[in-house]
Amino acid sequence: MKALSQKRRHPLAVLVLLALALLLSGGLYAVATATNEAKAATSTSYSAEDIAEGQKLFLANCATCHGVDAEGTTDGTSLIGVGAAAVDFQVGTGRMPMQMQGVQAQIKPGQFNDEQIMQLSAYVASLGAGPTIPEEQYLDVSQGDAANGAKVFLANCAMCHNAAGVGGALTRGKYAPTLMGVSEKHIYEAMETGPQNMPVFNDANITPEEKRDVITYLKSQEVNTSVGGFKLGSLGPVSEGLLIWTLGLVIVIGFTLWLTSRAA
Amino acid sequence: MSTSMQSDYKAKTASGRIAHYVDQRVGASGVIKEFGRKIFPDHWSFMFGEVALYSLVILIISGTFLTFFFNPTMTSVTYDGSYVPMKGTHMSGAYASTLDISFDVRGGLLIRQIHHWAALMFMMAMSVHMLRVFFTGAFRRPRELNWVVGATLLIVGILAGFTGYSLPDDVLSGNGLRIIDGIFKAIPLVGTYLSLFFFGGEFPGTAVIGRLYTLHIMIIPALLLLLVAIHMFMVVLHKHTQYPGPGRTENNVVGFPVGPVYAAKAGGFFFIVFGIIAFLGATFTINAIWNYGPYDPSPVQAGTQPDWYVGFGDGALRLWPGVWPWPWEFEFLGGTWVLSVLLPFALMAGSVMMAMVFWPWIERWVTKDDRVHNILDRPRNAPFRTGVGVAGIIGYSALMIAASSDLIATHFHVSLNDVAYWLRFTFVFGPLIGFLITQRICLALQRKDRELVLHGIETGQVVQLPHGEFIEVHKPLDEYRRYKLVSFESPAPIPAQPNKKGKIGLMEKTRAGLSKIWFEDRVIAVTPAELEAAHHDHHGPAIDKKQKGSLEQ
Repeated sequence: MKALSQKRRHPLAVLVLLALALLLSGGLYAVATATNEAKAATSTSYSAEDIAEGQKLFLANCATCHGVDAEGTTDGTSLIGVGAAAVDFQVGTGRMPMQMQGVQAQIKPGQFNDEQIMQLSAYVASLGAGPTIPEEQYLDVSQGDAANGAKVFLANCAMCHNAAGVGGALTRGKYAPTLMGVSEKHIYEAMETGPQNMPVFNDANITPEEKRDVITYLKSQEVNTSVGGFKLGSLGPVSEGLLIWTLGLVIVIGFTLWLTSRAA
Repeated sequence: MSTSMQSDYKAKTASGRIAHYVDQRVGASGVIKEFGRKIFPDHWSFMFGEVALYSLVILIISGTFLTFFFNPTMTSVTYDGSYVPMKGTHMSGAYASTLDISFDVRGGLLIRQIHHWAALMFMMAMSVHMLRVFFTGAFRRPRELNWVVGATLLIVGILAGFTGYSLPDDVLSGNGLRIIDGIFKAIPLVGTYLSLFFFGGEFPGTAVIGRLYTLHIMIIPALLLLLVAIHMFMVVLHKHTQYPGPGRTENNVVGFPVGPVYAAKAGGFFFIVFGIIAFLGATFTINAIWNYGPYDPSPVQAGTQPDWYVGFGDGALRLWPGVWPWPWEFEFLGGTWVLSVLLPFALMAGSVMMAMVFWPWIERWVTKDDRVHNILDRPRNAPFRTGVGVAGIIGYSALMIAASSDLIATHFHVSLNDVAYWLRFTFVFGPLIGFLITQRICLALQRKDRELVLHGIETGQVVQLPHGEFIEVHKPLDEYRRYKLVSFESPAPIPAQPNKKGKIGLMEKTRAGLSKIWFEDRVIAVTPAELEAAHHDHHGPAIDKKQKGSLEQ
């Protein structure tokens, strides 16, 4: 103890302290993001052949905007470290390759088959560690809890995607798309990678089990028969107001005309 | 009624004796004799007030049912009902009981939906009724005060709707209350105190649902019923207006007596309205509160809108610029003045409402027309007023549509910001454009009426006369139709009149200016002399329709 107190004024003490502080904060960060890192580490199941095929596909279809080494250009972001999940989502839902430059990639029929998507994912995953394709167990809605999913969904997702998950507007032409009819895997990947304007909900924020609950809730919303009759798009008071001013008003006028048609 | 009748009259049947017994004691026959012979004119456009009244009755009936099951408390409970996605969620008693009404009370969801659709129908019927009264000039003397009662009914109706919308305590209704809280706080100097007073502390507190409940089921319905009673009493007192037609004058009412046909018809109409609302309630989901989840002050969900009749207020808030061209708030007198909330309400939504309430006096001031009017105007025969009405509809609609700007953006694939820019333009310039176009259409329709009266209907038969000339045969209008087309006034502008001191004040100059704009362009009704002249001349119009001057009386 005495030796330590004598050496605390040593010129190198500051450097030692700094090194210790860096080690500590770096270590804490590593622990905090360990859940993601752990998953990135497991993404080694792709064969070298997949990666090579993926690179060919990438050069032919994606390199114009993302650059030949996926380092990004003014027209497209860098794909190093975005992970297989991002590729699987963007290409799998048809958003990539992009139909046109715009505020947001539009959904369209997919351009690649499952194998090609896997190969592209393999290539991008080989560039740097990132979120991987979700494991089957987290996509199995029979294991999920819809009630907890509703809680998580209403607290995190409904402000952009609408309480019923039918989508909503963002600024300047951007929007949150509908979640009805989106596959379990793609919902999971969207939460994991935060495509377009969506924030990332990593595993420390919403755990894989909670993500499964959210998917379970959304899937239960899809299959639930509407208890109150036609849903009117689940858009709330606007479609209700529109209905009363169109159908409601027309029916009322129809009856008033009928009732007064025999007037003197 | 009289004692002598008692001894004279002896009913033959049992029911007759009972009726006589009752009548001897309450004297109902006198009331029925008076009211049952009351004449009401028959026209489809006169029936929207009735629709509103019947919707109110349906609201009270269905609302009473809901009070049996609704629990107006903000005490936290754990939901344990039938709706799986909410199981185990902590929520207020109000929200839990609304879920119970929807999923566990037999017929509860149907009644809830009937109640809500009836509210939308009530507000719509009142609005359409008010538009009918406006466009036909039925608000003129002696009915100005009843117009104000009607406008007040509309405003109280909005309050009724809003307090009801807030009761379920889901995220949607809580977001609405949050805006109300913001509006309270934007009131200069006293706003914060008003908000604390209303919510019983800081928003959302634990008191507001109970307070809203008292307002919604007791105070506001009582106000509505009182106003309806005054409204109906005045209708009976003033007698109903009627459209112009042969045999109809300012001093009579042509139509059917209340008893027996009209009463039966109106009674039947109640069930028709009930049927329409029940159809809507049974077929279309309204306010799916289970989607929104229990209220939590942190989230605001996409697609959060008020019911349509509050939309104009929400739209005004959305259209008002936030920081352009300067931040709309400043510090003054020890408080922050939040003009970006205060001005949309006071200026945009408020001015539309106030112009509506005071219109009868604005019109009377400009036209100097203080006569009693029991005969309605056809809208085309009052081009200026009709133009103003359309301008009002456009201004109001721009605000209402702005409340759904986000849904317009997603459904028409346009930018949310552009929707706001376009609606701002529409709110400012749309009324003016709408006014000009409508006024021109009215004048054109009046000219078409003149043409019809003077020359009759084109038959399409072309006849060659003995001397070789071709003419088209025109079939003259029958007298009934012609009467409708010629029986209107077309007042000329009234120039500024000097007052008692012989001076023309600024107000009078303004009035004269407005009067000139109001009546400068006008088409007068065909006079008997013109008709005579037209009948003698088979070749064409006896007068030049284009020269307005020659048409001046």
